[in-house]
Amino acid sequence: MSVSLTPAAARHVEKSLAKRGGGIGLRLAVKTSGCSGFAYTLEFVDKLNEDDQCFDSHGTKVIVDARSLGMLSGTELDFVREGLNEGFKFNNPNAKANCGCGESFAV
Amino acid sequence: MALMQIAEPGQSAAPHQHRLAAGIDLGTTNSLIATVQSAVARALPDENGALLLPSVVRYLPGGGIELGFEAQENQASDPQNTIASVKRFMGRSLSDLKEAANLPYQFTDAPGMVGISTVAGERSPVQVSAEILTALRERAEATLGGPLAGVVITVPAYFDDAQRQATKDAARLAGLTVLRLLNEPTAAAIAYGLDKAAEGTFAIYDLGGGTFDISILSLTKGVFEVLSTGGDSALGGDDFDHAIADWFCTQHGIATLAALAPTQQRSLLAAARKAKETLSDNDTAPLSLTRAEGGVIESSLSRAQFAELGAPLIAKTMSATKRAMRDAKLGINDITGVVLVGGSTRMPLARDAVREFFGRDPLVDIDPDQVVAIGAALQANVLAGNGASGSEWLLLDVCPLSLGIETMGGLVEKIIPRNSTLPIARAQEFTTFKDGQTAMSLHVLQGERETVAHCRSLARFELRGIPPAMAGAVHIRVSFQIDADGLLSVTAREQVSGVEAHIEVKPSYGLGDTEISAMLQDAIGASQEDMLLRALREAQVDARRMLDATETALAEDASLLSPAEIKTIHHAMFMVGDMLETDAPVQELRARTTQLGAATDEFAARRMNASILKALAGRTMDTLA
Repeated sequence: MSVSLTPAAARHVEKSLAKRGGGIGLRLAVKTSGCSGFAYTLEFVDKLNEDDQCFDSHGTKVIVDARSLGMLSGTELDFVREGLNEGFKFNNPNAKANCGCGESFAV
Repeated sequence: MALMQIAEPGQSAAPHQHRLAAGIDLGTTNSLIATVQSAVARALPDENGALLLPSVVRYLPGGGIELGFEAQENQASDPQNTIASVKRFMGRSLSDLKEAANLPYQFTDAPGMVGISTVAGERSPVQVSAEILTALRERAEATLGGPLAGVVITVPAYFDDAQRQATKDAARLAGLTVLRLLNEPTAAAIAYGLDKAAEGTFAIYDLGGGTFDISILSLTKGVFEVLSTGGDSALGGDDFDHAIADWFCTQHGIATLAALAPTQQRSLLAAARKAKETLSDNDTAPLSLTRAEGGVIESSLSRAQFAELGAPLIAKTMSATKRAMRDAKLGINDITGVVLVGGSTRMPLARDAVREFFGRDPLVDIDPDQVVAIGAALQANVLAGNGASGSEWLLLDVCPLSLGIETMGGLVEKIIPRNSTLPIARAQEFTTFKDGQTAMSLHVLQGERETVAHCRSLARFELRGIPPAMAGAVHIRVSFQIDADGLLSVTAREQVSGVEAHIEVKPSYGLGDTEISAMLQDAIGASQEDMLLRALREAQVDARRMLDATETALAEDASLLSPAEIKTIHHAMFMVGDMLETDAPVQELRARTTQLGAATDEFAARRMNASILKALAGRTMDTLA
């Protein structure tokens, strides 16, 4: 049960946190919505909740709540550049289907 | 696959949540709402399965309302409180409504827009429309299971700003967010996916319940441009009902429809309407009326008879169509597609006429009642952010009537011609009329006629501080500019000194489709008369200029003339001046002006000599050389 970042993703999170001027780390979560049933969210973390689990990946803290962890376990978050656009991409072994936009998935 | 960004805690946006959006055709006779579900646009039915909602609202004592079919049914028994065709009153003042006297409503002249006194108190057309929109919103929200994020509402292509604003106000009152107002013909073109074609020129023939609109659209690189619009805001399916009812009255020795009691009129019109609809699929239709004094009278109408009754009405639509084609400077062969809109285009009569005129089969696959709402729904879907990126339309508009300024003699000089595409800027140079004139009054007008009296006044302003100079020596550049929102600004600038005056005209006080079509018809009918009038005014301006010049000359150099000569000139001046007071024949005025010119020729020559002598006095040939 773990969630990790690629080195590129970790570098970008650290840079973003520095630019933002603070924060514990990055929260990965799953919400029930979107066109394929579930949707990822990515947020900065200022304080931890009780059921949060904390992972260290390349020196960056990745926080996942217990409920989301079930669906995110084994996920690797990558940071990629596609043309002019850059952003995070979920590589989730639990997802059976991704929607075309990548923000939503089914297990 | 989209890439994600990090959000602030708790602020993650719901992922591309499908935003509920709908298109609304707020019609004169019927309204409907459509939405896109799973990439297919469809009109939404009410709980009884009806798609159309009659645009009728009945106010009840005690504050309740009846709407749609229910209200329509009671229209005959409670005409005063049952508001139908409210679209005609949107953004109109009482003076705009020429037909007000023939309607069963008690209008009150509220500032800007009429009010209607009902048993529930005074209601504005905006409020009445809002009732219709609210019903449609509730229908959509019940069907879709959530609040609407935004709607696209369609309006006739030549709705003016006041009418568009009133439509927006009604939507706001109904709790709707308007993503944009869309011209009805453009919506119809979108419904047929004509926007997917690379290029094309389309004619949209829209014969609704009470209005006829013809629009010529061109599509270039995904951009729709309205090339021209035309129509008749008092011609629609209802007129065919009236034609049938009148025929029925004649058949049974009733003088006119108006001779019947109001309730009888309504039931006869309803029967006529039914007969008309029957004739779209059958060769004959029965028609009956229960007389107030007892007894039933009956007739049977054949399709051929109906074709004869409707022919003059169809001919009107075709002449408006020809005019729109002419305005767009297009021939029949330039048209790549024809779309039929409005329930009345179900009449074989109308279809045949359109087919014959354009020499091609019109597009009729989409229900002509729904086509506008469906196009609006497709557009709403895109604007709400549900469509694929890049599939946005840019729609250009036209100004419906020419804009110009008043020149001497009460004439109108057109600066922006009718049907110019917006945005547009045009300028023209004008000059002063009198020597030493330091101010100029500019009067901005809208209309097709040649004279101020026949055009609509939009604004007046003054340009002051013009450097004094000879009449005609000053150059004043008047620029008209209309931006994409239809806002007109006029600037006058004296070229040498750079003095400038500027005005912005909110066309809220502009004209509605009723007046526009009335004015257009007027202009076409009156062009001969206008030309004569223009000639007369020009002759009057010339005469006045001549009088002014002569007066100035007499004041300066009367000493050059003998008393007898002065008398002759005075007489010639009197002859011209006398004639200026009346609208005398042009030829006569011209003749007398010429006589005045002849009478002053000698005087002018002497003045010329005198001034040359004065200039030469005291100089030798050497200094002149």
